[in-house]
Amino acid sequence: MARIVGIDLGTTNSLVAYMKGKTPTVIAGPEGRTMVSSVVAYTPTGILVGDAAKEQLVHNPQHTVYSVKRFMGKGLTDVTQELQYFPFNLSEENGVIRIQIGDKKLTPPEISAMILKELKARAETFFGEEIRKAVITVPAYFNDSQRQATKDAGKIAGLDVARIVNEPTAASLAYGLQKRTQGTIAVYDLGGGTFDISILKLKGGIFEVLATNGNTHLGGDDFDRLLVDVIMREIKTRHGVSLDGRPELQQDIRVRAEQAKCRLSQKSQAIVNVPLPDGKGDYRRTFTRAEFETLVTDLVEKTLAPCRQAIKDAGLSATDVDEIVLVGGSTRIPLVQQRVQTLFGKMPHCELNPEEVVALGAAVQADILSGGIQDMLLLDVTPLTLGIETMGGVMSSLIRRNTTIPTSAKEMFTTFVDGQTSVDIHILQGERELAKDNRSLARFQLKIPPLPAGAPRVEVTFMIDANGILSVTARDVRTGEAQSIEVKPSYGLSDQEVERMIRDSFIFAQQDITERQRIEAMNEAESILKATEKALTRAKGLATSEEIAAIRQAVADLNSAMSGADHRAIRQAIEALDKASYGLAEKLMNSTLQGSLKGKKLSDVT
Amino acid sequence: METSRKELPLARSMCWHCQSDIGGEYFCGQCVKVQPLSKDIDYFTCLGLPRKLNIDTVSLETKFYELSRAFHPDFYEGKSEMERAVSLANSSILNQAYRTLKDPIQRVEYLLRLEAGAAKDIPGKAPADLFETILEIQEHLEEFQAAKSQNDAASAARATDLLRNARKTLEAKRAALESRLAELFQIWDRLVEKGSLNQTHSAQKEQTLKEMRGLLSERTYVTNMLGNIAEALG
Repeated sequence: MARIVGIDLGTTNSLVAYMKGKTPTVIAGPEGRTMVSSVVAYTPTGILVGDAAKEQLVHNPQHTVYSVKRFMGKGLTDVTQELQYFPFNLSEENGVIRIQIGDKKLTPPEISAMILKELKARAETFFGEEIRKAVITVPAYFNDSQRQATKDAGKIAGLDVARIVNEPTAASLAYGLQKRTQGTIAVYDLGGGTFDISILKLKGGIFEVLATNGNTHLGGDDFDRLLVDVIMREIKTRHGVSLDGRPELQQDIRVRAEQAKCRLSQKSQAIVNVPLPDGKGDYRRTFTRAEFETLVTDLVEKTLAPCRQAIKDAGLSATDVDEIVLVGGSTRIPLVQQRVQTLFGKMPHCELNPEEVVALGAAVQADILSGGIQDMLLLDVTPLTLGIETMGGVMSSLIRRNTTIPTSAKEMFTTFVDGQTSVDIHILQGERELAKDNRSLARFQLKIPPLPAGAPRVEVTFMIDANGILSVTARDVRTGEAQSIEVKPSYGLSDQEVERMIRDSFIFAQQDITERQRIEAMNEAESILKATEKALTRAKGLATSEEIAAIRQAVADLNSAMSGADHRAIRQAIEALDKASYGLAEKLMNSTLQGSLKGKKLSDVT
Repeated sequence: METSRKELPLARSMCWHCQSDIGGEYFCGQCVKVQPLSKDIDYFTCLGLPRKLNIDTVSLETKFYELSRAFHPDFYEGKSEMERAVSLANSSILNQAYRTLKDPIQRVEYLLRLEAGAAKDIPGKAPADLFETILEIQEHLEEFQAAKSQNDAASAARATDLLRNARKTLEAKRAALESRLAELFQIWDRLVEKGSLNQTHSAQKEQTLKEMRGLLSERTYVTNMLGNIAEALG
């Protein structure tokens, strides 16, 4: 079977992992960093993803998108609160947000697809083969539209999404595999943008989710904002600098606030220093941990109600939970750990890296799907009640929250008027009584053969699959024939739109790969040229004039290869230069380090 | 949501793949392909249980886990489209069966549906012996709402006390209903064990089902009432 990788597509950071034998392992990038910042920058010379894009946040805020996960599967009215912090023009077409970047209008799945492509490329470089399949994680409390949007992002990135897995349950897989735990565990997952709590029962390799709850709009980003608000206010009052129409400065403050927040998890105070424009000097301010905790205490409290609800839904009390696992970067905050400990009356576990454990779990799930691990099985639940709108705008529930998936429900429909040929059905998700207070998932028309009122009997089956994604089929009970239904998602891309985006990305893909390889080769060439230059200044007495001439020739060859577009020619020239300078490198090393390391390249010793 | 799904083959006595006789097994003896559960399979049969009301929940869970390992879509990722469709449908039936039988109230409601063709939801009915009490509780609820909307703290406090007492009465009633239900569970199970088919026997069964239905109906009413009180008191 084709290789399946595990991907944690996070609000602020994303990772890709695989099974190295029996151990899930995160794939690191060229600099050894495992996390890719979930930031995408659209620059005139190309699209940047990750840390390179993050640098663009301050210089090029109007073309650099961060935290796009918050917009997945959402309509414009859902995100009005975000707008003041988000320096883009947003619009909505066919129920999907479009983000204006330069002259392009991009959807959140398309932007997420760029992050997925980066992770895909990272895995492909690592394995030296094409990766086509992935398990992608989502917050457990994601609704159907948000899950579908994530699946669409995968498709656009050229990935067959083998499974959408909930982040806390993925974490439990990684945790359970390592610890061989049995009993009841609670996974408290506070990430960059979302909060989830899941209660699981672990027994004999079965991971049964008993209940889940959460808030898809609560995370580290919100903690940052509280600091940002203080800083902005003080900059205005103390320095008279207005931040309106200065997205660069706003981004700069956001990045510095985030750094301060992270420092406050380690130290009792952190200094924020913001250089101000127009010669207004610097804003300088010390935040204490106590002050930060006062700011964020309400947000931390907001995570506790979902915890209590999940415990109740699981039919347990807090003390029945044997172990608590902390997931997500925001659980590094001491106040969060304290509150969780008080709620459950136990010390939470944090020995697994909370930022990597979800990706590791995704890799475990990928291995299960590939037929590797056979003794572990995750039985997850649907987080939200599914229903349809009935007379009077009330929601009638079909599948209750916390029902183990896959699951299905059937509903019989008939007509009220003679000769009626269709019935409109409105599908909803949520816990509220009135249809209008719940999430609209889709509307569809059921086609019915013209008969006297009440005679047609059409059975509609609502199926939630193991991804937590809904599908609908209809059958005429009298004839046994399948009935056609046209489903119009309320907040989602149509199949045609996804198809177009896949085609677009396919056309650009070949070009992208070639360009990427050229850029990588160029970067490497530049660093080796710099190293060679440095080495040659110190080469006196160490290399013969023939050697030096050979090196100079290889440098000239590399320079001419670099003016072309062929990355293979550049690679060959790099190798030739390496070979020519090998002797010099060794001598240099012996003379400077007095060490016995052999086989070094020039770039390693200068 | 997804817009299309593969139609499932109907459950038959023959393997959908190699046409050999499967004799009600989950997997074909010849080609080892997973077989669709009958759409009309009852949850007791699905989980290998007699139609009794007292269930050993530990062995129920063990059976559920065992069948989950047999049917769950995780183990069919690389298989044919048909096998994947069967796995999805079977897991879905299995999950509903387990959820229904795990909970004693859902279990007996389901049994009533199977044995007596009861409606999906048994409507609530006020217990006759509590008729006056219930009228009073409704009055207290109205008083409480009125006091709250007029910011009349004294009246609200009085209504709160009355509602707290009412809650105790209703909880006691529910406990009584449930304890009689438990007795009927025993009676039903003994009748199932006897298994004879004479008229007295089936009349006894019918009588038991009828009484259980009545108890459930009253229990639903009491539970809803308790819900209203809980909502009012916050």
